[in-house]
Amino acid sequence: MKIHEYQAKQLLARHQIPVPAGRMARDVDEALAVAEELGSGPWVVKAQIHAGGRGKGGGVRVTSTMEECEAAIRSILGMQLVTHQTGPEGQEVRTLLIEEGCDIAREIYCGMVIDRAREKPVLMASAEGGMDIEEVAAKRPEAIFFEEIDLDAGLSEDAARSVAQRLDFEGKTADQFVDIVCKLARAFVEEDCSLAEINPMVVTGSGDVIALDAKIDFDDNANFRHPEHAQLRDLAEEDPRETRAAEWDLSYVGMDGTIGCMVNGAGLAMATMDIIKLHGGEPANFLDVGGTATAERVTEAFKIILEDPNVKAILVNIFGGIIRCDLIAEGIVQAARETNLQVPLVVRLEGNSVAEGHALLESSGVDVISAADLADAARKAVAAAEGVSR
Amino acid sequence: MSILVNSETRMLVQGFTGRNGTLHSEQMMEYGTNIVGGVTPGKGGTRHLDRPVFNDVASAREETRANASIIYVPARFAGAAVIEAAEAGIPFIVCITEGTPTLDMIRAKDAVRANGARLLGANCPGIITPGECKAGIMPGFIHRPGSVGVVSRSGTLTYEAVHQTTQIGLGQSTCIGIGGDPIIGTTFLDVLKLFNEDPATESIVMVGEIGGTAEEEAADYIASEVNKPVVGFIAGTTAPPGRRMGHAGAIVSGGKGTAEDKIAALERAGARVADSPAGIGSTLSELISAKN
Repeated sequence: MKIHEYQAKQLLARHQIPVPAGRMARDVDEALAVAEELGSGPWVVKAQIHAGGRGKGGGVRVTSTMEECEAAIRSILGMQLVTHQTGPEGQEVRTLLIEEGCDIAREIYCGMVIDRAREKPVLMASAEGGMDIEEVAAKRPEAIFFEEIDLDAGLSEDAARSVAQRLDFEGKTADQFVDIVCKLARAFVEEDCSLAEINPMVVTGSGDVIALDAKIDFDDNANFRHPEHAQLRDLAEEDPRETRAAEWDLSYVGMDGTIGCMVNGAGLAMATMDIIKLHGGEPANFLDVGGTATAERVTEAFKIILEDPNVKAILVNIFGGIIRCDLIAEGIVQAARETNLQVPLVVRLEGNSVAEGHALLESSGVDVISAADLADAARKAVAAAEGVSR
Repeated sequence: MSILVNSETRMLVQGFTGRNGTLHSEQMMEYGTNIVGGVTPGKGGTRHLDRPVFNDVASAREETRANASIIYVPARFAGAAVIEAAEAGIPFIVCITEGTPTLDMIRAKDAVRANGARLLGANCPGIITPGECKAGIMPGFIHRPGSVGVVSRSGTLTYEAVHQTTQIGLGQSTCIGIGGDPIIGTTFLDVLKLFNEDPATESIVMVGEIGGTAEEEAADYIASEVNKPVVGFIAGTTAPPGRRMGHAGAIVSGGKGTAEDKIAALERAGARVADSPAGIGSTLSELISAKN
């Protein structure tokens, strides 16, 4: 689960990590009131959307007079912010963070992730603050310093101190850096983060260390341990179809193509998208209906797929293992009737009770294009989608 | 021969009396798996599916001499269940449960390592040696005893690959789903080593997907050590970057973990990569007849 920068900073502050003074606002008056509270400027006006790259997209402005600040608030709030992570349509800015400006002497990168190879959370730090860590990793991997984090002991002070040294920090700056990364490591474990990034972490003119930007993702699987995280969720930032799919325990990711897919299993769902592309079509979505594809859930899956106006055909691909194909077929028939299906429906069934499943589809009176195997299904779905668009 | 499980496997079921545990225990027993008992805290001393139930793994192991355990408990208890099995001295632990927190898996894997055990999963379909032992949720009937070792990160996509190797008449030595989470017990590399050393495994099918670099590490091993024919398939060529595709581990981040990189690494290593998920069986047939 992703959260906003202002929420991430509140969490850091709760863990005694210094962040700039500031507050979020949802309208112009509120934003101006925050600016007044903060004093005489400079102020930083920051768009709060879940995607990264906000600065380059024009969603962050540093202002030195109240007039400039108000102009920035009015232009950013409500804008359709386009970054490399939002897609070309961008994301509407509904929330701002207004902060006091900061005297920046140095910027560094500091992040924590789960390292799959080490099978531990790790601290990553680099002198190249403000840059995408992926870019640094690709160009100068030796410029990133790693230290492992123990789940019980946290990040050792020695390890933190050695990173401070490699970053050429001295005196109180080094002390503050060590304190901050040790607290961040504890927060990472306590809050079940999958990512905690302070980029840039800033050294001020007077040598103090502060988290100028913050990005935190939580491990969804650990949500049961953190009921308080639920209120941090911003549904406006999520694709409403994905949100509804999740309520039905369906895993959905919207895409740009014309062939809607419903598949059981995540790997097979990805492979189904791939084979559509291989046969010259474009998938409209990823949808994993999971292991218990009841009529109710299949119906809901069809509704979500059909909400996408680009969908010109639906491909259902089910490998019945424990679940029986005839039960799936019943669900498909009921879903097709209930949604008054108007686009061609290609169904590929394989596995448990497959003959009964096909028989049920054929006798149902619902217009179904049956496929013999996975390749046949993809070919037929691509042809059907093209037939509709012509 | 086969790897990890066979007719000698004495299986314990953790979460035995729950809905999932019951359903899949019945199916495993029907397939012929030797289930020697189960564990459900608070139900020790009773019987379920005509097998003894124990309160904890340690006493179950002592009574039944189980040498493997399979876990069907809910996600919030799965990490602890793995640790309990490892500490009780169970050498091979299969965790089917989906949705375990990553930090719980890190702790579980530490315990597995410390006790010299092996963990498969979590979030996986399990393992089957056709005709001998099914430890998991896969449909038994698509498998045939044979010569192909199948290893995959997925569930139903594994069945697809297995089905195709059955259709071309080769059958399988052992099939393993290693699971789709970021931190897993047994990796592609571990399984490849076992298949490479197993005389009954004459060829290998490896089904990977986007995210992480496990396929690339496996490719290095294939290049240096494996002489058996290897066919690969990587799911997720069309997946948009930065989006989690169902599996928590299936995400392309910062340009790492793309299908293109994995396919290139496998091909460089001498494996043949099927461009279509429907072509895994036929690619293997071609590769084997080319080698003969």
